Amino acid sequence: MTDIFQLQYALDTFYFLMCGALVMWMAAGFAMLEAGLVRSKNTTEILTKNIALFAVACTMYMVCGYAVMYGGDIFLSSITGDGATGAEEPATYAPSADFYFQVVFVATAMSIVSGAVAERMKLWAFLAFAVVMTGFIYPMEGAWTWGGAPVFGMYTLGDLGFSDFAGSGIVHLAGASAALAGVLLLGARKGKYGPNGEVNAIPGANLPMATLGTFILWLGWFGFNGGSVLATASVESANAVAVVFMNTNAAAAGGLIAALLVAKVLFGKADLTMTLNGALAGLVAITAEPSTPTALEATLFGAAGGVLVVFSILALDKFKIDDPVGAISVHGVVGLLGLLLVPLTNEGSSFSGQLIGAATIFVWVFGASLVAWGILKAIMGLRVSEEEEFAGVDIAECGMEAYPEFVSSKA
Amino acid sequence: MKLITAIVKPFKLDEVREALGDLGVAGVTVTEVKGFGRQKGHTELYRGAEYVVDFLPKGKLEIALADEMVDSAVEAITKAAQTGKIGDGKIFISTLEDVIRIRTGETGAEAV
Repeated sequence: MTDIFQLQYALDTFYFLMCGALVMWMAAGFAMLEAGLVRSKNTTEILTKNIALFAVACTMYMVCGYAVMYGGDIFLSSITGDGATGAEEPATYAPSADFYFQVVFVATAMSIVSGAVAERMKLWAFLAFAVVMTGFIYPMEGAWTWGGAPVFGMYTLGDLGFSDFAGSGIVHLAGASAALAGVLLLGARKGKYGPNGEVNAIPGANLPMATLGTFILWLGWFGFNGGSVLATASVESANAVAVVFMNTNAAAAGGLIAALLVAKVLFGKADLTMTLNGALAGLVAITAEPSTPTALEATLFGAAGGVLVVFSILALDKFKIDDPVGAISVHGVVGLLGLLLVPLTNEGSSFSGQLIGAATIFVWVFGASLVAWGILKAIMGLRVSEEEEFAGVDIAECGMEAYPEFVSSKA
Repeated sequence: MKLITAIVKPFKLDEVREALGDLGVAGVTVTEVKGFGRQKGHTELYRGAEYVVDFLPKGKLEIALADEMVDSAVEAITKAAQTGKIGDGKIFISTLEDVIRIRTGETGAEAV
């Protein structure tokens, strides 16, 4: 092995791992965003869900998820070793670095679900679903897309012109599809919708925390998209990484500005929570292809996501689909937009391929999730009791408040 | 002895406290409270849906005074807390049966 190759291998592996660590930090962003947008009586429980789902995702993807998605053995038993000589397809990074980068994406997909079902779903039903989602449902569609496997032996998405660079569809649309299935079986929070079609506001408890969460997600996204170049130690890949960072940032900015302006025009006021959703929508919109657009195109794609997300959130409320943090709109509706924008700048993809890919992901994840949620509903129930919902799930599920007051040391 | 309970706009608390201090009032208890009066509440907006804030934040002062201090205290509070706009608050005066200083056990006017 030449010295220069050793250097390339070390640098690519290091870059891959650091990008994975940035994506891991997105779990903190989701936790803060969701904790900020729920009421204070549901804070401890949403934090518990967020950090526990991360651990469940990491464990299930280790047990079987990675093997289902990319082949190899369960428990990662054959993953150690050298990516340059040991693997079937030679790579410039360690195989275990690939696992580490992939596993944090699984956790991201699952984090999307927790926000949509917040404030009313049982903790243990949610974690049971996380086991199925991260060990089986996500890895299956991951195998058909990034894994290159045919869909149930029928067709191969890559051959049809499907392209999803960092996962607008594979991660974000998938997470939102699972969330939608859960919300449909779960129902809306008590008091969200009135008997005469009124949509009632249930304001989030902590907007500084929601804003911090959005900043953290924005930062983590550089790892999400930037790491998806898979390499940085050559002039070509270093240039690609720089473009991806530039475009990812531009899209977030475009999405935020667009949502801020749309909210001001629609409501007469600058709605901060819509604005935060706008930044995330911009990021989701560019994730399917951050490497081919110009910086201006990336800004406009992000802005399209920022406009769409506000109208999508309002439309879902019309259908009484209660999503406290807007996750289905941000990741699902805008995830689909992101896939459909790819052929505008990437000649290697086609609209038909993107549509078939999006439909495949949605039908599989939504359908399989519906079955999984349905079984959990029959076995243990998905929803806390009405009394527990009014008291807050912090006490009902975790037995502790996030901000205890008037406590006595006596038992 | 009288107990004065005054509800004022929160940002007027400092001025009221200074005015009472200038009179030589020995002590005031302050609470952050919410309520409604003629000012009523107002409508806010969250993610496109309206919601009503029925109870507005106010400062509540409780002051125990000897009878001869009451008129000047009321005048001081009124002058300091008045903006002339709706929501300036109210002053309630009630008779105070007794006062006890916990440290010394003094009672009545001695304890105020």
